[in-house]
Amino acid sequence: MPVPEHHEFFIDPNRCIGCQACVQACAECDTHKGHPMIHLEYIERSESTQTVPVICMHCDSPTCAEVCPADAIKKTPDGVVQSARKPRCIACNNCVYACPFGVPKMQTDFDLMMKCNMCYDRTSVGKKPMCATVCPSEALFFGTREEVEARRTRSRPVNEFKFGRQTITTKVNMMVPKASTHEHVDVTSQMQGEGRRLRLNVLSDSLYEPGSA
Amino acid sequence: MANQPQTELKIIEHYGPRLSNMAGPALDPGVEPDKLVKTHCCFCGQQCGIQLKVKDDRVIGFEPWEDFPFNKGMLCPKGVKRYLQGGHPDRLLNALGRDPQAPGGFAPAPYEDSIKRTAEAIDRIQREHGADAFAVLTGASLTTEKAYLMGKFARVCLRTANIDYNGRLCMVSAAAGNKKAFGIDRAANPWSDIPKAEVVWVSGANIAECAPITTSYIWQARENGAKIIMVDPRITPAARTCDLFLPVKPGRDIALFNGVLNRMIARDWLDHEFIERWTVGFDKVAEHVSQWSIERTAEVTGIAPKAIEKAAELWGTARTSFLMHARGIEHHSHGVQNVLGAINMVLASGRIGREGCGYATITGQGNGQGGREHGQKCDQLPGARDIDNPEHREYIAGVWDVRPEEIPGKGVDAYEIIRKIHKGEIKGLLSICFNPMVSLPDNNFVREALEKLDFYVAIDFFLNETARHADVVLPGSLHEEDEGVVAQIEGRVIKINKAVDCPGDATQDWRIIQDIAAALGRTHGMTFAGPREMFEELRIASKGGVADYSGMTWEKIERQYGVFWPCPSEDEHGNPVDHKGTLRLFEPGSWNPIARGAGPFYFPDGKARFNIAPYTPPMEEVDEEYPIILTTGRVVSQFLSGTQTRRIGPLVRQYPEPRIEMHPRLAERLGIKEGDWATAESRRGSCTLRAQVVETIRPDTVFIPYHWAGRKSANQLTVSAQDPISKIPEYKVCAVNVRKADRPPDDAASDAALHNLDQIATQPDGSTSAVFQRS
Repeated sequence: MPVPEHHEFFIDPNRCIGCQACVQACAECDTHKGHPMIHLEYIERSESTQTVPVICMHCDSPTCAEVCPADAIKKTPDGVVQSARKPRCIACNNCVYACPFGVPKMQTDFDLMMKCNMCYDRTSVGKKPMCATVCPSEALFFGTREEVEARRTRSRPVNEFKFGRQTITTKVNMMVPKASTHEHVDVTSQMQGEGRRLRLNVLSDSLYEPGSA
Repeated sequence: MANQPQTELKIIEHYGPRLSNMAGPALDPGVEPDKLVKTHCCFCGQQCGIQLKVKDDRVIGFEPWEDFPFNKGMLCPKGVKRYLQGGHPDRLLNALGRDPQAPGGFAPAPYEDSIKRTAEAIDRIQREHGADAFAVLTGASLTTEKAYLMGKFARVCLRTANIDYNGRLCMVSAAAGNKKAFGIDRAANPWSDIPKAEVVWVSGANIAECAPITTSYIWQARENGAKIIMVDPRITPAARTCDLFLPVKPGRDIALFNGVLNRMIARDWLDHEFIERWTVGFDKVAEHVSQWSIERTAEVTGIAPKAIEKAAELWGTARTSFLMHARGIEHHSHGVQNVLGAINMVLASGRIGREGCGYATITGQGNGQGGREHGQKCDQLPGARDIDNPEHREYIAGVWDVRPEEIPGKGVDAYEIIRKIHKGEIKGLLSICFNPMVSLPDNNFVREALEKLDFYVAIDFFLNETARHADVVLPGSLHEEDEGVVAQIEGRVIKINKAVDCPGDATQDWRIIQDIAAALGRTHGMTFAGPREMFEELRIASKGGVADYSGMTWEKIERQYGVFWPCPSEDEHGNPVDHKGTLRLFEPGSWNPIARGAGPFYFPDGKARFNIAPYTPPMEEVDEEYPIILTTGRVVSQFLSGTQTRRIGPLVRQYPEPRIEMHPRLAERLGIKEGDWATAESRRGSCTLRAQVVETIRPDTVFIPYHWAGRKSANQLTVSAQDPISKIPEYKVCAVNVRKADRPPDDAASDAALHNLDQIATQPDGSTSAVFQRS
């Protein structure tokens, strides 16, 4: 049974609280039990509590599959890019290096590339992926586009990404602020002294009284 | 003597904490469970619905329960991995007796003998020193039935006044403040009101880590256009993207509330009609806060004047709002005053008792709400009744079939019980669901007290750090091995269901308590066949009280996905009704048994109370010798004293050890770099941990999470100052000095090895390991 077409995955880093419920729940998934496939990283903990969860973006033309010399990585007709097939994978790490999102993991214990398969055992029978079910902030959300439009008034989904000259479209969507029109970060916007501060979205210039430290 | 029978490491070798990991059926893919049991998480006050996967009488995993309306399948990492507490190598399968010669310092003992020994000790101590010389310490993670039983056990069976519970460390400031202002102690609104608010004000609550599921409600409010105001000394993960962050100096919340109220009055951002009609005492409060100019508020709170002005404007001009707070304003020697200050802001706005207009404290423990309603507090009888009130005593005496004068009077609070043990006035102790060696402040003093006990019996499923001092340990039950109800964060009473049987000689806590009563020969009222019978008696005991459960049944609770109390069995005219429960308190025109129609609040005139909330600084101010503020709190992967979560491998690996969080400006002054060992020292103790240098904390404050024991315990440093009304300890402020440590603590390497924490193993030269290095 394929993953229903009208159900899509949306990642919203703005909502992420770094709690790792997704990571812990990912390890409970039957297709890769004990091995979480989610990447959850602090951007720069010394400056901010911001974290970003990354699951497989399930590219329309998966770079991981394109660079695989053993033809081990397959995309099912419903658009889900699967982990490498055990009989074929030669553990060469090509996919690990090539994925622009940094998703595939080489499981050296099994000489096998494993990655997020959107909880295929669950999504292909009409359930939500484990991570998007448990996520307490709904930074990871699995549902219809209508639900997202109704519930996320401040942001919009994008699924086209540019890496150098490579343009990638993905099955998974990333939520970005509605007002934002930049597809690329403009380096000069970060060059003024307060550029970094704006990211915190708080009155950081007034946090402390002079000399209070 | 009740000192630890062997060295800490030897006890740990035998009784843990050791780590459980995914293995066997929990790791095998495709194992078909025998059953899925719909129940709730065993940890925090949110009580998320969860389905436990059971195979061969063992919990092997979970399945989200998406139909439960509060969390809709969401869980935090603790909820996801909670199942790993089952089948744990540290699980107590026998009763134990203290024996310094035995491996680990305790020898297994037959259950009946241990019960008999306990009863004999209780009888001897009470005969020699009086009934009050034996004390009982309980907890707010117990089901309401067990909490009810513990109160009855202390009063009817032991006849001691000295019973108190670990809710004393948790929500008593909120409880006392709510009773003073509203006449009732419950979150006023369901969480479904949060997304309907235009402004959400959060004071002293690290929601993302301590009540993670609440995050989605707040984010949804933001999506709907709400402004989010967060007040905290740290930019917590949820505060990162709030609209207005107020970095309050620890211990100064009341000044902020008074300053905001003063500005509301000056700008006439008030609901005059509501104040006039439904409140008492506004004028005196207005006069009191008139001294709190923006400038003075800024000076005391350490928050920029324009941020305070902005907060007052957002709050003052909103049409709907939700104010919530947690331990951050409650854990203070003036915690009740902080709560009253917050409530004054709410009452002046008139935004309460309506859809989208809410106020709540975020309860911490699983049954934080229910555990404080039915009589395990030293001053309380079931149904949130007052132990000093003659009418209340008489009613409960009738339910218990004793004479009112047989019910002991008010006892002392949990910390005072420890002090009385230290003074030698209390000689014997029974503890259940409470680990004061980790959770009470100034725990070197707590240890001294425990060492003075004549007899100490601890009931637990693991040998917690306090139980290491016990003479007898009785093997109790895990959450999934018993049933009963709890009241969660919203005041919604929900049903905990049994998934598996107790292993070995371990047995349900209520059986242990009743077995002790039987061995004492004091079985009156202590012969319940099970939690359902206790619930039926509790319904009667709560009838007509503020926390009225009389209209509830276990079946109704499950059918409705919970029942919000009060849920009376009769209407205002005494006719029987099928009450659905009370979703929202203080609705216009609502009836309650105190006001009897006079108004929506729980006072005879039906009106809420403004209370003057004077600012007082924390008990221990910084000085030259101890120039830095220490504040304590939690991390998302651990729960309270860690008795369970420090034994679950994946949770321990998520955040293996406490660290001292400090601002780079402070770190630079102290010559401390990220990952360095640093020593924090107060007048009571010292603690050497690695430093975490982050810009997300005030430069005058350091933070240490408190879940750990022994040399890693933040509560070696904290002060046992308490609020005079609620008796909550001041965990959130004490004075420390911090310096770079010369070397790692002596046992750092063996400790890391013991916990299998390869990734944090200290190098021989003391250098930091990979997990603490920034990539």
